[in-house]
Amino acid sequence: MTQALASALAPAVFDPGSWLRLDWILIVVGAWLFVGILGIVWLRRFRVVAQVLFPLGALGGLALLALALGAVFAPPQVAELPIGLPQLHYHLRLDSLAAYFLAVIGVAGVGVSAFAAGYFRHGEGTPPGLLCLEYHVFLASMTMLVLAADAYAFMTMWETMALASYFLVVANHRLPEIRSAGYLYLLLAHVGAIAILLCFGVLQANTGDYTFANMRAQHLAPGWAAAAFLLAVLGFGAKAGIVPLHVWLPEAHPAAPSPVSALMSAVMLKTAVYGLLRVTFDLLHDAPWWWGTVLFALGIASALFGVLFSAVQTDMKRLLAYSSIENIGLLFVGIGLAVLFRAFGMLPLAALALTAALVHVVSHALFKSLLFLGTGCVLHATGERNLGRLGGLIRTMPWVAWTMLLGVLASAGLPPLGGFVAEWLLLQGFLFTPLLPDGFLNMLVPVGAAAVALVAALAGYAMVKFFGVVFLGQPREARLAKARDARPWERAGLLWLAAGCVAVGLFPIPLIEMADRVTQPLLGAGIAATVRANGWLLLAPDSVARASYSPLLFLGVVVAICAAAYLAVRRRYHGRLRRAAPWDCGFPAQTPRMQDTAEGFGQPIRQIFEPFFRMRRSLPSPFDRNPRYEVTIEDHVWHWIYRPVAGAVERIARLFALVQQGRIAVYLLYSFLTLIAMLIVTKAWH
Amino acid sequence: MNPTGTVAQLLELLLALLFAPLLSGWVNQCRAWLQNKSAPSLLQPYWMLDKLFAKDVVIAQHASPLFRTAPYVVFGAMTLACGIVPTLSIDLPLAPAADAIALVGLFALARVFISLAAMDVGTAFGTLGARREMLVGFLAEPALLTVLFSASLITRSTSLPSIVATLGHREFAIYPSLAFAGVAFTMVSLAENARVPVDNPATHLELTMIHEALILEYSGRHLALLEWAASLKLFAYSCIGLALFFPWGVAEAGAPLAIVLAVPVLLAKLAIGGAALALVETISAKMRIFRVPEFLATAFLLAVLGMLVHLLLGA
Repeated sequence: MTQALASALAPAVFDPGSWLRLDWILIVVGAWLFVGILGIVWLRRFRVVAQVLFPLGALGGLALLALALGAVFAPPQVAELPIGLPQLHYHLRLDSLAAYFLAVIGVAGVGVSAFAAGYFRHGEGTPPGLLCLEYHVFLASMTMLVLAADAYAFMTMWETMALASYFLVVANHRLPEIRSAGYLYLLLAHVGAIAILLCFGVLQANTGDYTFANMRAQHLAPGWAAAAFLLAVLGFGAKAGIVPLHVWLPEAHPAAPSPVSALMSAVMLKTAVYGLLRVTFDLLHDAPWWWGTVLFALGIASALFGVLFSAVQTDMKRLLAYSSIENIGLLFVGIGLAVLFRAFGMLPLAALALTAALVHVVSHALFKSLLFLGTGCVLHATGERNLGRLGGLIRTMPWVAWTMLLGVLASAGLPPLGGFVAEWLLLQGFLFTPLLPDGFLNMLVPVGAAAVALVAALAGYAMVKFFGVVFLGQPREARLAKARDARPWERAGLLWLAAGCVAVGLFPIPLIEMADRVTQPLLGAGIAATVRANGWLLLAPDSVARASYSPLLFLGVVVAICAAAYLAVRRRYHGRLRRAAPWDCGFPAQTPRMQDTAEGFGQPIRQIFEPFFRMRRSLPSPFDRNPRYEVTIEDHVWHWIYRPVAGAVERIARLFALVQQGRIAVYLLYSFLTLIAMLIVTKAWH
Repeated sequence: MNPTGTVAQLLELLLALLFAPLLSGWVNQCRAWLQNKSAPSLLQPYWMLDKLFAKDVVIAQHASPLFRTAPYVVFGAMTLACGIVPTLSIDLPLAPAADAIALVGLFALARVFISLAAMDVGTAFGTLGARREMLVGFLAEPALLTVLFSASLITRSTSLPSIVATLGHREFAIYPSLAFAGVAFTMVSLAENARVPVDNPATHLELTMIHEALILEYSGRHLALLEWAASLKLFAYSCIGLALFFPWGVAEAGAPLAIVLAVPVLLAKLAIGGAALALVETISAKMRIFRVPEFLATAFLLAVLGMLVHLLLGA
């Protein structure tokens, strides 16, 4: 299929001046595929793949970002590619919603590709060239997915994306736990894909025309519309990692190589969000209010669940994977609020909530890919994912540590970085609520606001634990003192993403302008006009007297006070400083092992939220010679849903085994009986 | 930017920086009186700061730059917090930079930095302090935010000057939602400022302390800045309390004379508030650390209840 795509990309007319932006994006996709094929050519030429092909991929990301940024502000473009089935060509459409998500793919792709140029090492499972192919097919399929304007193109790209990422997840396929993580991922990806396929089946309303244009024109009966919506929530929720379909995330993310985890968490989860937005706001019309509450409730549950589990994890990547579940939950809360408000005709509020979600899409893509890449550096430098064996890396790996600090602050939702802007807008969406016409919903909204506040504070807890245990303190193992910092290409990737976190945090208004172009066609309202009217310095979605936040002023004043304090102290007093052994209340014989481990830091959360976890603990008695303390924490979901379902499937399969005899005569008999039965049925029918 | 506003803003920052240690001294004095002890001088915190600034800084050999930056960040954050809460005038040029939500974010920023700095040296007590600080923080922060949400829902604004202006112009009555919020806010401020039922500012027993464990490795000017920042935090919380629950006597926009009048009013309110805080500290006993989450969860629930009561009763 890749070759078909590549040949289709050779346009008949060689007049670059007349090419649409969409054509240029297709050329980027083609270039990515070409780079991937070059990887096959130089399958084991490690240096070429790392030093040439991945940087070329990063250039492609940069081009995609530039094109997408232009396309957000441009009218929609359509195209038809002569590939696919004979009667069913690929329909593509580049509108502002698609362009916005293409920009996310581009901006994260640049950083991750640049990082990957320095990251991959010899002898890690899959040969580098094959990895390069899978990686670029993954990028290309996500781009095409966002462009797709018919169900066939969408589904093929969705599957390509799932398969490419599956092969990337199992790059280290010699380890059995990685294979089983990959299997779980593939399984849930396909459960989701079936639901999405059925959703499109409902949406085309028996017309047999699977283009999005046709679906948009159909007006479904409320029951069918609800069915389509619920199928979309199931399908896209499985990919996005909504509770209880989240179980693959904490397994697949640690298994995958770090750039792949970064891309999956930062971008692939967002394609599911894109799909949900496309179906809910574009293809379906007149969403009733209860759709909003469904999304809202799922979002709150996922956010709380994700953040609680991320606070008790002891594996770096699992911690980040649960944090992704939390962030996806917050996105769903924003989208749910938007649906709710739109159903009651409060369009400016709906636009505010949707803008919050869209801003969070970008900021989460930036900080989460940054954090995953940083864990990759730590993993390579130390060979360790377990928080309990790390520590003190800020002194040996300053580049990684300081860029990660920005990511951690953004992830904890602290001003003036990216995460806070989205959180602020979301909370404004809650608080701007004029009275909803339904009393119960009025109660729901403030309780939701309190829950979001709790989630944000817990995210801070998890992030302090993550950064503090990995990078601060004293090295818990002697060999950590020899950890090496990131390589030049890795540094470039980390810096790009860290700069992105800062830029989104300090200059949110251009991003809101972009989000406005998305909300205008979807909701018929946007907040950019009001924001623009309040000046470039202040972010105020209504009037300044009502709510305002200025990251630049905020940072400027804090920095000014810090500088003034610094200068005043130096001038009035002195700047003398001595280094000595740590004080620690004068206790002698302190070892690095007396610092809090990840388990220790998570202990209060385990204690307070005990019912949320399925915990097994074994405590040593005071007389043990070799005391061991063990605790394992599992999802309840496994035991409540997945194990029973798996058991039921197995039982049903065993029933089917009765039919399976393994003798050809018996199978011929089955065919014969079926034929007879069919004849009788058709006879009876007429 | 108008001259009156600028003057009010500068005056407010200056007042906070100068009087925050005095407020701490006043609370200590009241507490000593209530406990039948002879009180230290009211100016003791200033002598303390001066002594610490003059001393050399001694830091651990392997402390990273983060450790040395954190005191400045915390100090800067707390000063800005004092600058945006309207205490003298509602016409503050800095106030649009951060509304009520960003104010909570500012406190969170300071908390995260000080906790990270406490973990930086990697001692047992430092990490213990960091964990406990984050434990207090993750429950206190949403509770404070919810208290502010109640006020925002009543006044239909998250901008602090608008909240104070609207609340200040309502006729005096006990509003049930604000009553709930007030109780929650008191509990949160006790926890956040390391006051008695949660932490004991006078203790130096390592195993029971939170704030002292956090700053254990600091000395000299760094410690001075952190102590100053702690008193600024107490000042800021007191001002938030006054702004939400006793919003009278704050100058309107464009009233230069009223600002001058607002200064003694503020000082009087702070003096009464500080005495009340000393009273609460004296009559309550310190809780075990495991009880703290229950205490703070109660505060959080009360704050949510306040919000629901507002929506139910519209008051």
